[in-house]
Amino acid sequence: MSTLVLAEHDNATLKPATLNAVAAAQALGADIDILVAGEGCGAVAEAAAKVAGVGKVLCADNAAYGHQLAENVSLLVAELGANYDNVVAAATTSGKNIMPRVAALLDVGQISDIISVESADTFKRPIYAGNVIATVQSMDAKKVITVRTTAFDAVAAEGGSASVEAVDAVHDAGISAFVGEEMAVSNRPELTSASIVISGGRGMQNGENFAMLESVADKLGAAVGASRAAVDAGFVPNDMQVGQTGKIVAPDLYIAVGISGAIQHLAGMKDSKVIVAINKDEDAPIFQVADYGLVADLFNAVPELDASL
Amino acid sequence: MKVLVAVKRVVDYNVKVRAKADGSDVDLNNVKMAINPFCEIAVEEAVRLKEAGTATEVVAVSVGDKTCQEQIRTALALGADRGIQVETEGAVEPLVVAKLLKGVIEKEEPQLVILGKQSIDGDNNQTGQMLGALTNMAQGTFASEVAIDGDKVNVTREVDGGLQTVSLNLPAIVTTDLRLNEPRYASLPNIMKAKKKPLDVLAPADLGVEPKAHLTTLKVEPPAERQAGIMVESVEQLVDKLKNEAKVIS
Repeated sequence: MSTLVLAEHDNATLKPATLNAVAAAQALGADIDILVAGEGCGAVAEAAAKVAGVGKVLCADNAAYGHQLAENVSLLVAELGANYDNVVAAATTSGKNIMPRVAALLDVGQISDIISVESADTFKRPIYAGNVIATVQSMDAKKVITVRTTAFDAVAAEGGSASVEAVDAVHDAGISAFVGEEMAVSNRPELTSASIVISGGRGMQNGENFAMLESVADKLGAAVGASRAAVDAGFVPNDMQVGQTGKIVAPDLYIAVGISGAIQHLAGMKDSKVIVAINKDEDAPIFQVADYGLVADLFNAVPELDASL
Repeated sequence: MKVLVAVKRVVDYNVKVRAKADGSDVDLNNVKMAINPFCEIAVEEAVRLKEAGTATEVVAVSVGDKTCQEQIRTALALGADRGIQVETEGAVEPLVVAKLLKGVIEKEEPQLVILGKQSIDGDNNQTGQMLGALTNMAQGTFASEVAIDGDKVNVTREVDGGLQTVSLNLPAIVTTDLRLNEPRYASLPNIMKAKKKPLDVLAPADLGVEPKAHLTTLKVEPPAERQAGIMVESVEQLVDKLKNEAKVIS
């Protein structure tokens, strides 16, 4: 049995989500290789070689893979994946973009967003916004899997000594091109890997008021998130959305401020260890999942919280 | 330019779905069904392209049993010109849906195919990408902006770090994210008119596809319950609990 893990990276650094994907791969009980597909991604391959439990790192360094265009990368992964029993990636926007294409090229189903490995062919995954957990068995000889990163503890980033092998195969489908990107720049921790997250909802009323949450976040070393309502209203950008179709987080502490708690939002945060809800509506559904609930006007409570830290 | 839009019949997004007591399936008895919210956004985008004079025809397609004609009619009421139902029975997996849609594409030859990025029942997020691979078309997934530019389409995508824009050769596939547009409500006259719009029914065999299962669902169950929490009276008490009871801040 062997597993190929597609690395998540930006050509400069290996993203922590890769370590969670490797953890899921370990649960499959097979030998693990990592594929780093990118452009000028040698440093990423070196970092991947140090990941605990990895046998070999395949490094495909070519302009065709520079921006993780699914049309190109999927052809590469499908070609290399033919030699493996399992092909695994983190269920990030990049993994979600590429892997179903790989599965279709290999003519197999994809098992999306797994939260546990029950056996080599049986997995658990949330459906219906996490209101139901399905146990599913794959009938395909080859498994193409995406992994919910919050469900698997990251393997150690150091301690391994895998060899790095260059892959010469170049797949340029020639049907898509990268134009540009607007990436959020923040000194705060990444939302999906932060140990504390403070999120605001419609109750924040506008984008400026998020500064109150940012101030608390900076004192706690926390990341700042938002509900769909806050993103749709234009208070904050899309990359801050926590929920069924946004980011899935499971920090040690999640503080929900002015968030009512629609099931779509709960789907993205209810596996947090400790949940705090601050809302002036005592009937808000968020209180049903909160460990500590405070019925209060956030415009009083948040500055008070800030002052007490 | 012809635009093909895929729509799916799912449980209404306000319904809190539960597993059946015997764990065999989810309980969908007497549950309100609706068009998948992301598919509704897809229909709206296609209709806007038509209103802008970019698209000449919008065709709505759904895969499912007869009941999914209701969602095709919804798409027609929102402004799609005609509908196609690919008649199947029971649950159909994303790869099979993608193969059926590929068959429809070969018949219809659209320049743009718009789908929802995921359906809120299975939460798979696969069909558009699989369709891309099967048809060798480029894909703009999780789209928040779609701009036709000659024989290409520029798609701005919602990605983990922010926004990314890609340029795709047409014909291409787009999957919608929440911020692409805000779908309109169908007016009563349009709902009436939709009843008269053409709706063709095809069998998988007409498209040369034999539905196959890749995955078996062994069991469904509710997620682990959270233990009931407590209400605190003040910020001071909250901070005290977080420091001394939960020990999550110092």
